[in-house]
Amino acid sequence: MAYRENMKNKYREALSTYLRDQTEQALYQGQKISKKSIEHNIAPEEIINIHKNILMDVYPGTPGEVLDSLDFLLEVMMGYGFAYREHQSLRHIQQELKTEIEIAANVQSTLLETTIPNVDGLEIGALSVPARQMSGDYYHFVQDEKKHIGVAIADVIGKGIPAALCMSMIKYAMDSLPEHRHNPSSVLESLNRVVEQNVDPSMFITMFYGLYNPENHLFSYSAAGHEPGFYYESATKGFTDLTAKGLLLGVDKKTKYMQYEKKVEPGDMIILLSDGVTECRTSEGFIERETLIEFIQQNIHLHAQDIVNRLFKQLEKMQHFQLRDDFTLLILKRDV
Amino acid sequence: MEFQSCVKIINEWDIVAARQLGRNVAKELGFGTVDQARITTAISELARNIYLYAGRGSVCIEKEYVNGKSGMKIIASDEGPGIQDIRKVMEDGYTTSGGLGAGLPGVRRLMDEFDIDSFPSKGTKVTAIKWIR
Repeated sequence: MAYRENMKNKYREALSTYLRDQTEQALYQGQKISKKSIEHNIAPEEIINIHKNILMDVYPGTPGEVLDSLDFLLEVMMGYGFAYREHQSLRHIQQELKTEIEIAANVQSTLLETTIPNVDGLEIGALSVPARQMSGDYYHFVQDEKKHIGVAIADVIGKGIPAALCMSMIKYAMDSLPEHRHNPSSVLESLNRVVEQNVDPSMFITMFYGLYNPENHLFSYSAAGHEPGFYYESATKGFTDLTAKGLLLGVDKKTKYMQYEKKVEPGDMIILLSDGVTECRTSEGFIERETLIEFIQQNIHLHAQDIVNRLFKQLEKMQHFQLRDDFTLLILKRDV
Repeated sequence: MEFQSCVKIINEWDIVAARQLGRNVAKELGFGTVDQARITTAISELARNIYLYAGRGSVCIEKEYVNGKSGMKIIASDEGPGIQDIRKVMEDGYTTSGGLGAGLPGVRRLMDEFDIDSFPSKGTKVTAIKWIR
């Protein structure tokens, strides 16, 4: 109420000034009043009424037709007042939803948490950034009793909350795998059965699973329709695609996965990614895999984690800080 | 009940008659211009709902005097198809007529008290009160 009285005085002052000299200053006062009035929930129809009353006061000669026309205007503005209040209420609901999703995102990140294992002779860098609050990407590291490092990267087709819900299931399924079954092909075969049975048929998951043996430096891997990563060979300083054939998870429960093997030499790097990295869209279209390789090359002397961070920063900037898809990048680098 | 006055809603012109009745009573009770417009808009929306979705019904106006407060009560009732999911029509952003900002949540915000009863295939009754400040 105190605001209303104060506002009416300011309105009177600004309106009288304007009627007298038509100054920009008075109009600016008017703009300030509208801002303040919105803050104090004064409806548009109320402003018209205030305007009419003040006008009658400061300009008693106002013709009756003009005053009547303001009553008409007030009626017309009712619809806007209606819409305005609905907008405010929807904004409030949106705020609540946002808070709820933030909490869900926290729950999700706790659920999907993974620790990067500390392995002598191997640098590991990992980064996963959701496009919206919740991620449909997932990565995970496990170290079994033989000290082998299992690395998983998965991507639900789609993003946001549905993808995130789906991903939580993958994590649960991974945790339930028996200790001795960490062979990439059998991991994917197990998960494929889980996804096929439990997930909506319209939802698909791509996944890459690799197992690194720190004793003989053999890296074995399988993939289920996943975006191929890169392999960097230190001896030739060349990059090749880390291709592995295999059907997406959840299509056919009888799918078998091929397992591939690579001997990792000192200085070699394994680069795994989700399609949010390669489908990073700039004003000139999708980013080329060659461009990614260039970026990696520029930073190749750094620690694996720094390469990952730098690459993300570069791609984020190229997309004008608007991620269109969840972004996940992992780098395993054998020490020289 | 000291005063009740009703308008039957059958065609679009009856919406105007309901508005007129509401405005006269609001004026008589001493509501200010803005509140008169709000009450009239609420009546308009309710009468329009009857005309569009129920085909026929009525809008009644009563004067209310409770604990020294005086106000105006609108009762909009029809024997139309009723509303299946009241929660849904009371949700913002949901209107079957597609009109921006129209609908029952808006009416509720214009008035001080609001109540709705609806039974599928029996009809709907909306009661709303505005008190003089």
